[in-house]
Amino acid sequence: MLSIQTFLIVAVIKTLIALVVLLTAVAYTVWLERKVVGHMQNRWGPTRVGPFGLLQPLADGLKFILKEDLTPPHVNKPLYIAAPIIAMVFAITSIAVIPFGNPITVFGKQIPLQIADVNIGLLIILGITSMGVYGVALAGWSSNNKYSLLGGLRASAQMVSYEISLGLSLIGVLILAGSFSLKDIVDAQSGVFWGFIPKWNIFQGQIIAFFIYLCSAYAETNRIPFDLPEAETELVAGYHTEYSSMKFAMFFISEYANMMTVACLATILFLGGWHGPMFGPALLQAVLPLVWFGLKVFCFLFLYIWVRGTLPRFRYDQLMAFGWKFLLPLAIANLVITALVVAWTA
Amino acid sequence: MSVIKNIGAIAKGMSITFGEMLQPTTVENYPDGPGPLKGAQFQERFRGTHVLQRDENGLEKCVACFLCAAACPSNCIYIEAAENTAEQRISGAERYAKVYNIDYNRCIFCGYCVEACPTDAITHGHGFESATFNASALVYRKEQMLSPTPAHMGSNSVFNHADVEAGAPALPQAGS
Repeated sequence: MLSIQTFLIVAVIKTLIALVVLLTAVAYTVWLERKVVGHMQNRWGPTRVGPFGLLQPLADGLKFILKEDLTPPHVNKPLYIAAPIIAMVFAITSIAVIPFGNPITVFGKQIPLQIADVNIGLLIILGITSMGVYGVALAGWSSNNKYSLLGGLRASAQMVSYEISLGLSLIGVLILAGSFSLKDIVDAQSGVFWGFIPKWNIFQGQIIAFFIYLCSAYAETNRIPFDLPEAETELVAGYHTEYSSMKFAMFFISEYANMMTVACLATILFLGGWHGPMFGPALLQAVLPLVWFGLKVFCFLFLYIWVRGTLPRFRYDQLMAFGWKFLLPLAIANLVITALVVAWTA
Repeated sequence: MSVIKNIGAIAKGMSITFGEMLQPTTVENYPDGPGPLKGAQFQERFRGTHVLQRDENGLEKCVACFLCAAACPSNCIYIEAAENTAEQRISGAERYAKVYNIDYNRCIFCGYCVEACPTDAITHGHGFESATFNASALVYRKEQMLSPTPAHMGSNSVFNHADVEAGAPALPQAGS
């Protein structure tokens, strides 16, 4: 058991590291997206700042800070200011319960590689991420602008509808693992069957759940092909039309931080978390889980960007029909079949 | 079965974008490219900053007839004519342009001056890096626009003095 001082120090250090890594990853996801989408369209992407444009996130951040922070006169000021804060706070908080790797031993003390090892981690993540919709909805409403209002309206309707199939797609995984703790879910996926196939949930019959999760996650994070809340062609910029400078950047960060959370969650629930081939000396073995975790998250984020470079936007009624008439029945069917199979084999 | 068909279509689209990602870019790598043009590429008929051409004796082709100034729709060409003398022969005919200014604040690169010119003295070159912080620097003088060499020394002289000073090749590269 850790003493209270050690606990505090360790918690602060872990929080700092997780925050810095998260924000850096967010910044470089933006860079990666611009680069990859650029090359998919036979363009160059950022090239001017640093080698391969690698310092572009820094330049962007500096630009956001130095821009004039304009508050339009017709907005509802308290909510207008609160909205980006809500969006960003809840987007960043959800990283707190995500485990990045096996517990490591430092100076004889076992330290789990997650800020808080809660036994209902998955529920916490779902709860926190669904609070994020308040940021978007309030931003749309308080801006007092028809584009913002429509964007906020669409965002809240979309996020509420897709949360149901998102939640249902995860229950199959919960049945297989028998726990809400993200660490236990990952541990349940260790090992291989038939000698070579890893026991990841996606290979254990949860591939349909993964597909449902994928679609719902794209809708939850307002990404193409479900980016109706910020459909440029119709809504200017949707709910953040009236935001400038750092307030806009906070929405931007929250969108990408949500993408990171979704990618981490997909890795943990479906892709076996930090499990992967282990080899080499002890030091390498200590680092490898983190590498596998990062690699899986990267692949998921790349899929995000790849889809963005490929698919057009849904129409609003198609979006709702897809969510309610296709994904939801599919999620329920998947849930029933998983439950039956687990009951049969138990 | 429409779901499977749709998934197949999405997979095909995704494979195309992935393939395109590995292809070389078609956008010019302009300021970072190789060579004196820094990666910029031109169509042969690109209308850039003007070049005042010289004849095969190295004399200026312009005879100060003012037809280009008359044809110019934005009125940006200013010419002062002078007589050639036996001691100082500038152009091949009686008169030459003592002052020949083009105001690139106003030029619309329509090419009417080039069409109007009876001696093919004024042509559109490939110069394009004319951006400046000072608008008065956009009034180009004759010395800036004159071709450095007679046309027969390069197949087609497309860069004027100002472009050459800005780093463009004095003679067109083979194959360009």
